[in-house]
Amino acid sequence: MKSIVYGHFTDEIDLLEAVKELQNKGIKIDDVRTPFPIHGLDNVLKLPRSRLPKLAFVAGAIGGAGGLLFQIWVFTKAWPLVIGGKPFLSIPSFIPVTFELTVLFAAFAMVIGFLVSSNLGPGSIPDILDEEVTNDHFQIVLSNINNTMPDTDLANALAATGALGVKNIKTEN
Amino acid sequence: MKKRNIPDPVPFVFNGKLKKSLAIAAAIGLIALLWGVFISQAPASRIWANLWINAHMFLFLGLGALFFWTVNVLGESTWQINIQRILESMSLTIPFAIILFVIAFPGMKDLFEWTHTDNLDRILQEKTGYLNIPFWMARFAFYFILWSFFAYYLRRISIRNDYHPNEKYLGKIRSTSGWFMVFFAISSSMAAWDWLMSIDAHWFSTLYGWYIFSSMFVASLAVIILITLAFKHFNILPNVNTEHLHDLGKYLFGFSIFWTYLWLSQYLLIWYSNIPEETIYYVERVNNFETLFYLNVIINFLFPFIALMTRNSKRQPIVLAIVAIIVLLGHYIDLYLAVIPGAVGHEHAKIGLLEIGLPFFYIALFLAIVFVFFEKAKPVPENHPYFIESSNYENI
Repeated sequence: MKSIVYGHFTDEIDLLEAVKELQNKGIKIDDVRTPFPIHGLDNVLKLPRSRLPKLAFVAGAIGGAGGLLFQIWVFTKAWPLVIGGKPFLSIPSFIPVTFELTVLFAAFAMVIGFLVSSNLGPGSIPDILDEEVTNDHFQIVLSNINNTMPDTDLANALAATGALGVKNIKTEN
Repeated sequence: MKKRNIPDPVPFVFNGKLKKSLAIAAAIGLIALLWGVFISQAPASRIWANLWINAHMFLFLGLGALFFWTVNVLGESTWQINIQRILESMSLTIPFAIILFVIAFPGMKDLFEWTHTDNLDRILQEKTGYLNIPFWMARFAFYFILWSFFAYYLRRISIRNDYHPNEKYLGKIRSTSGWFMVFFAISSSMAAWDWLMSIDAHWFSTLYGWYIFSSMFVASLAVIILITLAFKHFNILPNVNTEHLHDLGKYLFGFSIFWTYLWLSQYLLIWYSNIPEETIYYVERVNNFETLFYLNVIINFLFPFIALMTRNSKRQPIVLAIVAIIVLLGHYIDLYLAVIPGAVGHEHAKIGLLEIGLPFFYIALFLAIVFVFFEKAKPVPENHPYFIESSNYENI
């Protein structure tokens, strides 16, 4: 059975200090939930770098190369047209479409990749412990999965850092 | 907040060793010029055109820095405060550029066809309302007086804040920056028409002002990066860290793409519509300067695009330095292509000792002025309200 302990902060500086304090005590932090990104939090939590840039590069490269090759195929093989007296294979006129397709593919891949990796978007069930997190509160989440301490000790340690409304809930999964 | 191990700043001294190396660089430039004038038997137009190109490069570095500073002030960004004194010192070179432009004035007859007032064809006759020497000179003075005024005035407020800190200075810098930006938007475009586009006076492009502006800004960013890296290396600006370099790298990356966007927009429309009076500009360059024409796009777009794409490369000082040097060279080539085909013509255009050597003189002069002004003031505006925020700055 999973047991979750969480507490709230109203200031991101306090939150950063609390995260460091808990880590110094050897407590592993499950998650930190904030309404907006906090500078330096990724470093403190030692989160791995996001893989989104790589996804964007691959998707952009596919979009760009695909768009260029498709236009070359259309204008030289499938349906050659004389436009403005230009040769069939006029690379400069393909550049805007190539550029747009690169951006389109990269942007779609980033948005979809982001939604998938952060469990958002249509059909997802948001895992919100407290709705204040969507407003102006910052939340630290601890659990017995990563920590061997009893729940009361976790709650006390969290409260000692200045967290407000420390709660302990138990879930089946 | 995370504490960093920040070494004590080393005061910047414009010492004898530095002066000596700059003097050597200046001497190389002067020798190249003397060689060009007396030995090479180059046509006069080639010498004037080179002086003209280098005067522009000199101005662009300073003007780009002033733009960068004011645009950051208007955007209320804080990260750049640690390198602000570099931007200030660079923008103070603008008044000195006047001298370098005036040196090239005797060559106006060689550079500009529209100055041959006794022998103008119909197209140029119709343009005399704008392109005549008195009006041209008046505009020249107007741009330079206002640019210099803004550079000196902003610097003065910034220095005053070091000794008598007051919140009102922040607002004063902001409102002055706003006025500068309005003036710069118009003047940078018009200056590009006057000084560069009018070399090919029969030809025109509505995008030209922006195109030159983007080239100017990228070249200036490259120099800002190089000076910042050097000052960081010698601990003159110990608060500048990887995060600041990362941001400068992003600027260089982004504006290299912006330059390409404008380059392509100008080229594509002229290529597509295929009107002789417009295509003449590119026909001359593609046919007679083929290598430089394509090299221009490769080292100003493909190279920085690939080299600075990843986050790590923007945070590596050595990668950033190499890209900055090559992009700076690339924008020198861009300016060369803007001036030489019209002013000198492909029969006489060459890349010789004159083209390679002369820039050293201008670089040395530029750096000497920047160092003199940097030495005069505190290396960072310590009393600026955003200073602490800038030192603790982190990219997400």
